Amino acid sequence: MDLLDIKNLDVVFPTRRGTVHAAQGVSLTVAPGEVLGLVGESGAGKSTIGNAIMDLLEPPGYVGAGEIVFQGTDLRTLDADQMRRVRGRKIGMIFQDPQTSLNPLLTIGEQLIESIRNSLDMTEADAKQRAIQMLGDVGITEAEARLKSYPHQFSGGMRQRVVIALALSGDPDLIIADEPTTALDVSIQKQILDLIKRLCRERQLGVILVTHDIGVIAEIADRVCVMYRGRVVETGQTAQVLGAPNHEYTKSLIAAVPRADMRLERFASVDYIEGGEAAGRKIDIRTHWLGAARADATEPEETLTVENLNLSFVLEKSFFKSKRRMLKAVDNVSFSIRQGETFGLVGESGSGKSTVARIVAGLYKQDSGTVRLLGRDVKGSWSDPAERDVRRRLQMIFQDPFSSLNARLTVMDIVAEPIRFHKLTSSEAETKQIVQDLLDHVGLGAQAAIRYPHEFSGGQRQRISIARALASRPRVLICDEPTSALDVSIQAQILNLLKDLQAELNLTMLFISHDLPVIRQMCDRVAVMKQGQIVELTETEALFDAPTHAYSQSLIAQMPRMDLLEPV
Amino acid sequence: MFSFILRRLLQSVLVMAAVSALSFSLFNFVGDPVNNMVGQEASPEDRQNIRDALGLDDPILVQYVRFLGNAVQGDFGLSYRSKQDVSDMILERLPATLELVAVSAVIALVIGVVAGVYTGIRRDSWLSRSILSVSLVGVSLPTFIIGIGLIYLFAVYLRLLPSSGRAGVTDLGFWRTSFLTVDGWRAIILPALTLSLFQTTMILRLVRSEMLEVMRTDYIKFARARGLSDRAINFTHALRNTLVPVVTIIGLNIGGLIAFSIITETVFQWPGTGLLFIQAVEFADVPVMAAYLMFVALMFVIVNLIVDILYVSIDPRIRIGSS
Repeated sequence: MDLLDIKNLDVVFPTRRGTVHAAQGVSLTVAPGEVLGLVGESGAGKSTIGNAIMDLLEPPGYVGAGEIVFQGTDLRTLDADQMRRVRGRKIGMIFQDPQTSLNPLLTIGEQLIESIRNSLDMTEADAKQRAIQMLGDVGITEAEARLKSYPHQFSGGMRQRVVIALALSGDPDLIIADEPTTALDVSIQKQILDLIKRLCRERQLGVILVTHDIGVIAEIADRVCVMYRGRVVETGQTAQVLGAPNHEYTKSLIAAVPRADMRLERFASVDYIEGGEAAGRKIDIRTHWLGAARADATEPEETLTVENLNLSFVLEKSFFKSKRRMLKAVDNVSFSIRQGETFGLVGESGSGKSTVARIVAGLYKQDSGTVRLLGRDVKGSWSDPAERDVRRRLQMIFQDPFSSLNARLTVMDIVAEPIRFHKLTSSEAETKQIVQDLLDHVGLGAQAAIRYPHEFSGGQRQRISIARALASRPRVLICDEPTSALDVSIQAQILNLLKDLQAELNLTMLFISHDLPVIRQMCDRVAVMKQGQIVELTETEALFDAPTHAYSQSLIAQMPRMDLLEPV
Repeated sequence: MFSFILRRLLQSVLVMAAVSALSFSLFNFVGDPVNNMVGQEASPEDRQNIRDALGLDDPILVQYVRFLGNAVQGDFGLSYRSKQDVSDMILERLPATLELVAVSAVIALVIGVVAGVYTGIRRDSWLSRSILSVSLVGVSLPTFIIGIGLIYLFAVYLRLLPSSGRAGVTDLGFWRTSFLTVDGWRAIILPALTLSLFQTTMILRLVRSEMLEVMRTDYIKFARARGLSDRAINFTHALRNTLVPVVTIIGLNIGGLIAFSIITETVFQWPGTGLLFIQAVEFADVPVMAAYLMFVALMFVIVNLIVDILYVSIDPRIRIGSS
């Protein structure tokens, strides 16, 4: 018998502009010992399903129709108090961000014991024993001592283990895991997924795994439900859905997933997803003002060279030098990027890859070492006109499209700012024309100029960022995780756009990412960073085919397997 | 932890040094002290004698060091007006003010936190809405109007409570308290309520907005998903997380209570240090003013030191560095 059987579930959010159906006619089942992957892009309604099961929908959302039959009982018929008894005891939930899902002021022991006693009616001492055992189960060593630790004393992966222990503390039969590994590094992701899978098998738990990441699905899901705009468009065995998708949406979604196992020239164009590229006119950027610097014969072969870069941050201040604790964020980093090349920096969070980018961009000042840009040593001074001119030729695209655009400026002013600042044009009319051409070219359309950033989606905002970066006619672009905040189909569009622009303008790119498949698709050469050092620097294909350093090998090995995906 | 407190102590000493300089400057800027002490008929010789006796012709720095040295020993000289020892005058009035402040702080805390939590959790109930509307009165009406209004209602119209003054005082030798008699309590209710009203509102609104903030966090949602009871979620998890900012504001506000007590004490003729200060200002009694300034600053500094220590004990992230 199925553990959970959802039939024709409707979730409704009344808004001022009418009711929104976050889920419509959703039916799915979960059996004991089975991992059901619920996959879809942001806004598809997949988290809503989890919240609806738990009766934790954010008001004013409510379940409009349908049945949620759990172990033979329709959860919708239970009153608030009975429902509270289902939560934790029967159904557990794991959240996305382990940084925020634990109460920062209580020790993990207090939180565990509280939950255990709440669900299982135990004495304090018994609950403590169980807490220790639970922590051991999820792979936390010296569990007894760690009970007294506060959440901030754990790393992200360890914290997620604590969250899992908490979710399991009431001995539930079903676990709803909402993006459980999205906030974690790839090596930690693998461990957590393995843990969830093991617990699922050992305890015969049903697991609903909500995620946007096809890689995670491929890794552990037994069956998959693909959601699009509140509806389930396809359900089936993982291998079948990923390998031979039926629905158009599933096909385009899977086509947009960056492949780790091979390099493609471009991402397959995604037609099914709306809100993407506006059918705007493309300008011929090579002959345009924007492309004027394209064929600059004076450009040196080595466009950007970094030598023996070092930077430390102070972790703990002290009056005495010996007592100060320093973090070596960048440790003797050297590399050189050739003209027209895309150079990747890959590593896990805290490896120093963004710090390197920020030093190159002049946002941080290195302790020692040199940055040589277009044949000139960059010292980090804006007063020298020659240096200012060189630094204009290097622009940056940031990770978070929501905080990297000034919300109080129109898109016109945002994109025109570099042109105006560097006084690159002779008239305001010319500036405006250039901005409009640029917006057309990045696929937003010239009419976007009069609007404000909040009117755009994440992917569109990233296009604005790209337009802004291009406005000062740069020769070098630094892309710091440009797509990690975006859905996979949008990511494919943005990466295609970057590839096109690079080819058209012959740009040099420093591309930073933690996402190995993206690196494989984008970069010619790549440097693997760990704890501030470059441990391996090689051709991208060589890194993926035969990594030499042990750390690179483990990174490559921990990538989610994508063998199930449809062969191209 | 130890170095943290030491650092705070050092900062406190700096603050006190600055305030003492300010208080000292009163002596030189608020009129001529000798003029304030003697009448019109004093001869130039008499005046000069007094100047010599007080050391007023010494260099400023020497005078300041002398002032500081005396102040540290609790000696602020004699009141120009009553010729009493200033420290004695303040110490005599201190219990009245501190008891008033203590009672209002308790009122503000209890009502503010309870109502704040309630309005934060049941944000849409009619009771929350009425509490919030009424609380607007607390912020917008000046203290003296509230005081006079309360006097009119409870003392003049209902004749339930005395309109002014401190009554039923028991002398414990070192402390004159009004907590031991019914009359004492009856007398303290109105001024304490008046003084606390503004603080109650502040705390209420702060706790409410912090609660709203905390209730949206993931750990509250996670706690709910684990089936914890509402009581456990609201009090063990949510309320505690609102405390850090609340404690900060309360700390600042207890200082504010002491300072605001000037107005309340005037309205209710409460014989505390605030009333003493107002009377001193009227007569340009500089030693009293200077001593009062130093005293209020000292209170501020001590309260904030306590707040900092509380902070550390509430939030483990401050206590234990992240590993």
